[in-house]
Amino acid sequence: MLSKTSRRARPFWTTRTAVLTAAAVTGLAGVLATSPAHAAGESVVVPRQEWSFNGITGRFDKAQLQRGFQVYKEVCSSCHGLKFVYWRNLAEDGGPGLTEREVKALAAETAVQDGPNDEGEMFERPGLASDTIRSPYANEQEARLANGGAYPPDLSLITKARSVARPSLGFAPLNWVRDIFVGDESRGVDYTYKLLKGYPEEPPEGFKLGDGMYYNSVYPGNQIAMAAPLVDDIIEYAQSDVPTTVDQYAKDVSAFLAWTAEPKLEERKSLGLRVLLYLLVLSVLLYLAKRKLWSRVAGHD
Amino acid sequence: MAHESTYKPNSDVEKFLDDRLPLPRMASDFLAMPTPRNLNYFYTFGGILTFCLLVQIMTGIVLAMHYKPSATEAFASVEHIMRNVNWGWLLRYTHAVGASMFFIAVYIHIARGLWYGSYKAPREILWILGVLIFLLMMATAFMGYALVWGQMSFWGITVITNLFSSLDALIPGLGTSIVQWIWGDFAVSDATLNRMFALHYLLPFAIAGTVGLHIWALHVTGSNNPQGVEPRKATDTLPFHPYFTVKDLFALAMFCLFFAYVVFQAPNYLGHADNYIEANPLSTPAHIVPEWYFLPFYAILRAVTFDFLFIPAKLGGVIAMFGSIAILFFIPWLDRSRVRSAKHRPIYKWFLVFLFISVCALGYLGAKPAEGIYVVLSQVFTFYYFAHFLIVMPFIGIIERPGELPRSITEAVLGGGGAPIGAAAAPEKR
Repeated sequence: MLSKTSRRARPFWTTRTAVLTAAAVTGLAGVLATSPAHAAGESVVVPRQEWSFNGITGRFDKAQLQRGFQVYKEVCSSCHGLKFVYWRNLAEDGGPGLTEREVKALAAETAVQDGPNDEGEMFERPGLASDTIRSPYANEQEARLANGGAYPPDLSLITKARSVARPSLGFAPLNWVRDIFVGDESRGVDYTYKLLKGYPEEPPEGFKLGDGMYYNSVYPGNQIAMAAPLVDDIIEYAQSDVPTTVDQYAKDVSAFLAWTAEPKLEERKSLGLRVLLYLLVLSVLLYLAKRKLWSRVAGHD
Repeated sequence: MAHESTYKPNSDVEKFLDDRLPLPRMASDFLAMPTPRNLNYFYTFGGILTFCLLVQIMTGIVLAMHYKPSATEAFASVEHIMRNVNWGWLLRYTHAVGASMFFIAVYIHIARGLWYGSYKAPREILWILGVLIFLLMMATAFMGYALVWGQMSFWGITVITNLFSSLDALIPGLGTSIVQWIWGDFAVSDATLNRMFALHYLLPFAIAGTVGLHIWALHVTGSNNPQGVEPRKATDTLPFHPYFTVKDLFALAMFCLFFAYVVFQAPNYLGHADNYIEANPLSTPAHIVPEWYFLPFYAILRAVTFDFLFIPAKLGGVIAMFGSIAILFFIPWLDRSRVRSAKHRPIYKWFLVFLFISVCALGYLGAKPAEGIYVVLSQVFTFYYFAHFLIVMPFIGIIERPGELPRSITEAVLGGGGAPIGAAAAPEKR
């Protein structure tokens, strides 16, 4: 807009400014390129994994969520709860898509303490669809006692409460731009997936494991109190064409936990697409209006 | 209003109002405000910031209807909003991402003010009000982040409130007393969360009031502009409406595009995973990192690793951090150059570029562990940050020979002596 400014010929690119700029650029590049893989709190570098819910049009794979729920129910749920997830959520849009009948039956398999009743007594009743998916332990103390002092965390939010670092492009701002524009929100899902697969047959030679601890290549510090929970063929899938491997189980349950952490993901992404389209059209119209109005003003386009 | 009122009450109702509470006159004069014709897109961020404030207040009020400021219920109530409240996820993500957007916009707005010298006479009070708003924003954002009551919230409050305990080095017991007074307890607790909530609800209205004063002051002095010369004749300005309303709206729509992209596609990108773990006083996260918009100041805080005279390192860091913001209040008097715009300041502009680089670098360093080369670099950039305001600004202004200023804005836009080029003559004429 100001290109027509009449500037007197005056060299601003002097030696002094050249040196200053060079120093500034070198300094910044040096700072930003140092040890890029170690953003705070993230230790493991994991490249971006493929998930059906990645990207601007991402959606959950219903069959995968159902398989993931099966893995959770048959393996994880023996120690971990999902305290923010209600049984009814399993039948809601954008989730595993169980039927209401299935959900009621699943909930009824659990026992929930309720009360007090009219006699002032607490009592147990079968779970309802409006109950949350509880931890098998009554409290943290009981959980720790049963697990050699370790506390199995609630898994509702686990894929948002964990993260990994991404391979660096060598310059931090480039990483930020890449991460923002690929909408990199599955870091924690990648973490869960890699963690579940991160149990080697033997720990590396010379690695000292604590009592009752297991080696894991992803867990911070590489010592985890959870034994490898998944083994090939441990769960039977209804779909015969899906492999029953640790890799597949880990993938499915991670996808399921991505849903428990972000149950409104599908609603968000589909609304998001419409909002972005709307704003795009609005921006174009406003730009045209702006050009038209300013065309009356000399010296502006 | 510094400019002549052009309002003519037309109807009886308008005349009635004009004699009693001339709101239509105010609105009309706001829209007619003569605005320098050469404002570029960096000047749209004031409007964008007003929008950000409104978004934060509107989403915040609804969120407060569902949030529970209690140490045992806060975290779960946030999840309740995300899962069970109609459109709760949208409200909360908009509010959380909105805070970041607010800061992106305010940093651009401040940088624009520094670049074009918008703090110089007669805009000193306008600038000071701006710094005050920035300070209030930081306090509000800090307390808002605390409300999530995740691990980073809890440990963030713990670290920052504990800074005051460094005052113990001056008067034994003073710091500790202040910290306990802030906490309302002997540790960060339910009482602390409760008052954070009360203040987080209060401060945005203090911001709104200060913004009102900021805009009032703007309408008294008029906008500065990229040339840094005051409008002198009619062709130097255009009425705010429709020229700048349409330009601001276009810029706002583009900004919203980016805002919406982050809200819908990467809502947690600017946050920290640890804050999805409920606050636990017994477990300290491996790294305690504030939100990105505090990182430059956090780096300054940690850069002071040495005792200075009678001031121990910890207190020194606190003084440096608060000083880095306090110094902004004095900029109008620290800058000795009579030329406003860095455009016409051949030497100073490169120092200013380096200041921007330093702040970005400090932001990067603030997220790094305080060890080794990171500390040294933080110290270098912190030194430059203060040197820029205390040494560069006063002295360059005296020794620098500024470039030639255009005689008027019209000349700067059109070239030559201000004779309009082409058929379109005076801007007001169609």
